[in-house]
Amino acid sequence: MRVEVRSQSFDPWAELARYQDEASELHGRFGATAVFVGTMRDFNEGDVVHGMTLEHYPGMTERYLEDISRTAAERWELLDSLIVHRVGELNPNDPIVLVAVWSAHRADAFDASRYLMEELKSHAPFWKKERLEQGSRWVEHNTPG
Amino acid sequence: MSIQVKFFASLRERMDRAGDEVAAEAGLTASDVWAAVADGVPLPANVLVAVNQEYVNPDHAVDDGDEVAFFPPVTGG
Repeated sequence: MRVEVRSQSFDPWAELARYQDEASELHGRFGATAVFVGTMRDFNEGDVVHGMTLEHYPGMTERYLEDISRTAAERWELLDSLIVHRVGELNPNDPIVLVAVWSAHRADAFDASRYLMEELKSHAPFWKKERLEQGSRWVEHNTPG
Repeated sequence: MSIQVKFFASLRERMDRAGDEVAAEAGLTASDVWAAVADGVPLPANVLVAVNQEYVNPDHAVDDGDEVAFFPPVTGG
């Protein structure tokens, strides 16, 4: 299980390959990997978005992500999980978040990854400020799904 | 000792500072801490409160040395 808040751009697919390669306890045991990657869009609420700044609450954010990772591991039959989330300056097309879950069978991996992503979006202390054509604005709420 | 206060995101901009410090007193709640630093601004209904990095209700008791954070709805992911 790993949780990471990253201030530099990252490649979620390379990250995933590396993590899985290094997690020797997974080798030969997992039959399912569910992966979610969230990427920055260049539009929101009818406006062109040129970039964004992502802020977090150092300490509480990591702790919250660790809490939900532990809860997921109790609720489903999981072998491992990984969450990587960006903060700092982002441009359209930059990955924002990677959630990956490994399990023996698909239902646990699908359900746990959905749970992690929804809990992260609803409660993990991150905030987005968008850079628009003119000025910038805080995103006030997430889209429902 | 005292109580450390933190503000994040749009609330930090609105309060014009990232944090503050409040003298500890017996029987303080998180809302009392807000009242002590907010210059008469009522606690906005959508503001979230955390004590020692865990979500709490505004009436949660606060002790000497605690960290109390106020922030707007979260928008990560």
